[in-house]
Amino acid sequence: MSKYVGTSMKRREDPRFIQGRGSYVANLKLPNMAYLAIKRSPYAHAHIKSINTSKAKALPGVLGVFTGADTSDVGMLPSGWNVPGIKVPAQRVLQTDKVRHVGDRVAMVVAEDPYIAQDALDLIEVDYEPLPAVTDARKTTEPGAPQVHDDVPNNISYTWALGDKEACDKAFAEADKVVELDLVNQRLIATAIEPRAAVAQWDAFKGEMTLWTTSQNPNLTRVVLSAFILNIPEHKLRLISPDVGGGFGSKIPTYPEEALVPWAARKVGRPVKWVAARTESAMSDTQGRDHVTHCKLALKSDGTITGLHAATWANNGAYISLVASLIPTAFYVTLFSGLYKIPGIYGEVWGTLTNTVWVDAYRGAGRPEAAYVVERLVDVAAREMNMDPVEFRRKNFIPANEFPYQTPVALQYDSGNYAGVMDKALELSNYSALRADQAEARKKGRLVGVGIASCIEASGPVPSKVAGALGGVTGFWESGGLRVHATGKVTALTGSHSHGQGHETTFAQIVADELGISVDDIDVVHGDTAVITNGMGTYGSRSTSVGGSALVRSAEKVRAKMMKIAAHQLEAPLEEMVYDKEQGKVYVKGVPSKAKAFGELAFAAYTAHNLPEGLEPGLEEDTYYDPANFTYPNSIHIAQVEVDPETGAVTIQKYVAVDDVGKVINPLIVEGQVTGGVAQGVGQALWEHGYYDESGQLISSNLLEYAVPHAHNFPPIITGRTETPSPHNPLGVKGVGEMGTIASTPTIVNAVMDALAPLGIRHLDMPLTPEKVWRAIQAAQKS
Amino acid sequence: MAQMVSITVNGMAYTKEVEPRLLLAHFLREELGLTGTNVGCDTSQCGACTVLMDGVAVKSCTVLAVQADGSTVTTIEGLASDGKLHPVQNAFWEKHGLQCGFCTPGMIITVVDLLERNPHPTDEEIRHGLDGNICRCTGYENIVRAVKYAADAMPEEA
Amino acid sequence: MYSSSVDYHRATSVADAVKTLQKNKGARLLAGGHSLIPSMKLRVAQPTMLVDIGRIKSLSGIKAGKKEVKIGALTTHATVAASEELKTACPILSEAAALIADQQVRNRGTMGGSLANADPAADYPTLMLALDATFTIMGSKGEREIEANKFFQDLFTTALKSDEVLTSITVPAYGNMPGMGGAYLKHRHPASSYAVVGVAAMIGLIGGKVARAVVVVGGITANPMHAVAVESALAGMEPTEANIASAADMMDIEATLGDSYASAEYRAHLAKVMAKRALILAAQRAGG
Repeated sequence: MSKYVGTSMKRREDPRFIQGRGSYVANLKLPNMAYLAIKRSPYAHAHIKSINTSKAKALPGVLGVFTGADTSDVGMLPSGWNVPGIKVPAQRVLQTDKVRHVGDRVAMVVAEDPYIAQDALDLIEVDYEPLPAVTDARKTTEPGAPQVHDDVPNNISYTWALGDKEACDKAFAEADKVVELDLVNQRLIATAIEPRAAVAQWDAFKGEMTLWTTSQNPNLTRVVLSAFILNIPEHKLRLISPDVGGGFGSKIPTYPEEALVPWAARKVGRPVKWVAARTESAMSDTQGRDHVTHCKLALKSDGTITGLHAATWANNGAYISLVASLIPTAFYVTLFSGLYKIPGIYGEVWGTLTNTVWVDAYRGAGRPEAAYVVERLVDVAAREMNMDPVEFRRKNFIPANEFPYQTPVALQYDSGNYAGVMDKALELSNYSALRADQAEARKKGRLVGVGIASCIEASGPVPSKVAGALGGVTGFWESGGLRVHATGKVTALTGSHSHGQGHETTFAQIVADELGISVDDIDVVHGDTAVITNGMGTYGSRSTSVGGSALVRSAEKVRAKMMKIAAHQLEAPLEEMVYDKEQGKVYVKGVPSKAKAFGELAFAAYTAHNLPEGLEPGLEEDTYYDPANFTYPNSIHIAQVEVDPETGAVTIQKYVAVDDVGKVINPLIVEGQVTGGVAQGVGQALWEHGYYDESGQLISSNLLEYAVPHAHNFPPIITGRTETPSPHNPLGVKGVGEMGTIASTPTIVNAVMDALAPLGIRHLDMPLTPEKVWRAIQAAQKS
Repeated sequence: MAQMVSITVNGMAYTKEVEPRLLLAHFLREELGLTGTNVGCDTSQCGACTVLMDGVAVKSCTVLAVQADGSTVTTIEGLASDGKLHPVQNAFWEKHGLQCGFCTPGMIITVVDLLERNPHPTDEEIRHGLDGNICRCTGYENIVRAVKYAADAMPEEA
Repeated sequence: MYSSSVDYHRATSVADAVKTLQKNKGARLLAGGHSLIPSMKLRVAQPTMLVDIGRIKSLSGIKAGKKEVKIGALTTHATVAASEELKTACPILSEAAALIADQQVRNRGTMGGSLANADPAADYPTLMLALDATFTIMGSKGEREIEANKFFQDLFTTALKSDEVLTSITVPAYGNMPGMGGAYLKHRHPASSYAVVGVAAMIGLIGGKVARAVVVVGGITANPMHAVAVESALAGMEPTEANIASAADMMDIEATLGDSYASAEYRAHLAKVMAKRALILAAQRAGG
């Protein structure tokens, strides 16, 4: 019986946030600090003919103006995920010969204050020779297409395929019905409300650099910076990611600014700060999605799915970001089975470069793209076969008694109860009433739609061996350490990073229950490489399943040592000792009064007056937890929407999310992750688009154009859960951070298409703006 | 040409010399070290910078410090009194109305202003009342719950 | 994010503001600053001097009479939206003001500032045309009045000379007259919350028939325009939904504005739909 895990305790980190005392990087003010600003290209593709920095240098208050010629000692930005055959272009921190996207970095200024730095930027004269730009992934290989990099012929950085092509072809050859779709999964901009920032301080005497940066994974970034980019040995480079204002994947990669700011600090001999403006962030942060896919589903006449094939053009932008090639490959094709038994699956991907901002992980990172392919095919298939969308899905679900289930696309799903999730979703949404209401509304000519999507993801990346086999340069374990202090307090060190997820609370809940102590006696520390020497960070919904599990294992080790001390001090055999996790004590089996409390044992470990022979003093345990498999959370969401037939505007009238994320540490936090994820996924379906015009200008470069959701866009988001634990991590948890986003996008699209179904409209690409929907209605009414 | 401004912030009077182009947000953050007010965008959409100025919510990134000369400003740091949280702050904590916390100070100030004008708002009034504040983490669900919780917890004006 | 350097003068009176504008080419008036400051931060606007009129008390305030309401140019959108006087005397104006941007912006943005900016995506210009408002302007040559339909000249261009200050706006107190109703509808841009299309409709009924219909469309052309064909089609008709629908369909304004969110063609279509809906609302309100 756990005391903390499973309870909705209030977050322990909140007091500082609700009182404006969050320690975000932009808040840092160091003595003698200078400010850095970056000159960025206004062109999508251009030769740099010359850069004149003399006027900028002469401006009072400017400490230095630097170009790529100055930073030639800085290493290239590496790729951290290399699928076989990948061509990674040379990627400089500052461009010298060519700029390849709007926002590409050309020069930088260090000045006494950020206003002067901006003034100086305006005085830098760059002579550009504009070149034709290519923005559409499909056009990159056409003859005569602009070449983004000389060392990546035809703009193809990589290709990838997975599945049994023969089995897939056979399924299609023998199919009773084939459903084909062309899908666009449009470019998105993560838009964490905190723009990226970095502060660096160089200690010339010790040769040590401290870098505060808005990163989801400071340890990983530190390794990459020191191994590949900066001339600073790893043990002399300290990265601190304090409070970070959201990431959603856009704060994973190692960024050029994370090299430029330390370089500048060392150069000018003063601490240097850089804070991105929102527009700057939009054109320099990694963006998301951008797939163009032709896909098809093979079916028997009774609605059984026999095959799925998809061919995808993945747009990576102008440079290969740290884990760019993972997203449309091993995080994508491997999920093509969805929740269904599909014998023949084959997916092929072309990873291309274009004159747009680079693309990497964005909430879901490949899995939303896969879920979208599967759930749009399933939805269209059900409709064309005149089958109820719920029954069609049920019919094809992997049955609960077939787990672990080996999919034909490498992944083995750990556990699942999809029928149970469906039951709950139908009940919570009062589905039959929704359909009855819809029928009534339709009689009156109203376009009301009910949409459903059932989705899965592989989260908690990833067994390190698998990562290596697929192209990962690093492993993907997580570190979790416990420092039990002499007075019985505990510091929990984690390589995970919280930028909204609440680890200071949930990890304390876990450790408190594992040791049987009060949550108030635990301090969870993350984000400083001086304290957490090694870690992999937070993304892919991995923190609890990998980071939390590491702490569980360390707690086991602490308990084991405590039992040894207790056995010795109580003069009983070790096999007779029992650790009481509820009361936080060790006692002799059958004799509960013969016990030593947690505090006593901690003290004993450090006084070392009476320890068993050969046992060292101290009570610190570390674990590097390498997950045995991904975890497989799954969701079924149902939405009711109404389309205004005269304007095409979509209103969401009801939204129900049922998610199975395994065991739940803190229901309040889990629900918050789901609703936040849902909002982002709906954003993609209806409003968001990282839109480039034909010349490569990023039109949606700021929040006047890029439409993130607002409160008034949503009805209450109703959430429910089922709990099918993961069998392969000690907590039984699956990931929750991304499921809301993965499921909500196809749910809303399916709902809108359901609303438009009476007009015979088959498919529309996102975002489903009023104009797009209106035009489809017009066209349908004319024909 | 620098200007002298006198602004009362969280009950303390400050007189400083500023450039006319200095934003109130930067005055608060850089001159006064009150970094609770965050800057999240550059086109006045996100509302993370919201403070109370002469009793009403304003986006401090769209006000010049010189415009605030002679004004009274309350930032997030000035909401709690005598170590006691403002009911809106407490409500956000109780209802998990924040995740990364970056939008939170501006969001809380907007809600304080909203409830001042409309002590018992409907869901729709709350959701529209937050038009000037963007949150990317919560999906707004728990923020709306926090506002209702605060509305119930706050005493009626005499 | 960081504006260019700029000088600053705090005007003590309108005359002082006018004189300062005269003496300083490149000086711009600063009222609420919610059009100017954002464009300065993007360095799209780089005035040499800001003439701050924000504290000139005579420029604020709402004076409601029987026939008209006079609104000081510095009156904020929030004040207009909350004004009980306007809700009675000119309800379409406070209804529209409540739809501008968000609460924080409404607390600072001013009517004069919005009108002088003449953004095609703003709300007030459309209202002013529909209300046949008159503007009072003070310049180096003294005071003058100008009708709204002569004030807006082009994209972000008004009849204001570089040394002139818009001091007040006068609108009819139509709410005091029987048989008058108005409605403002706005298709809100999902990101900026500006009016992609804004339609102001007003109906005056005599004997159950439309004595006068006003339909002004903003957001589809450089400045808002009367949908004259719609107005004519409704004159003398009963304000039934069918009559209103066919009148709205006669709208023939050529939309010249479009962007990646909404094309010109779509905006023109929206304008028709919104005109119909606004007229139906206005008719209901006119009917009492």
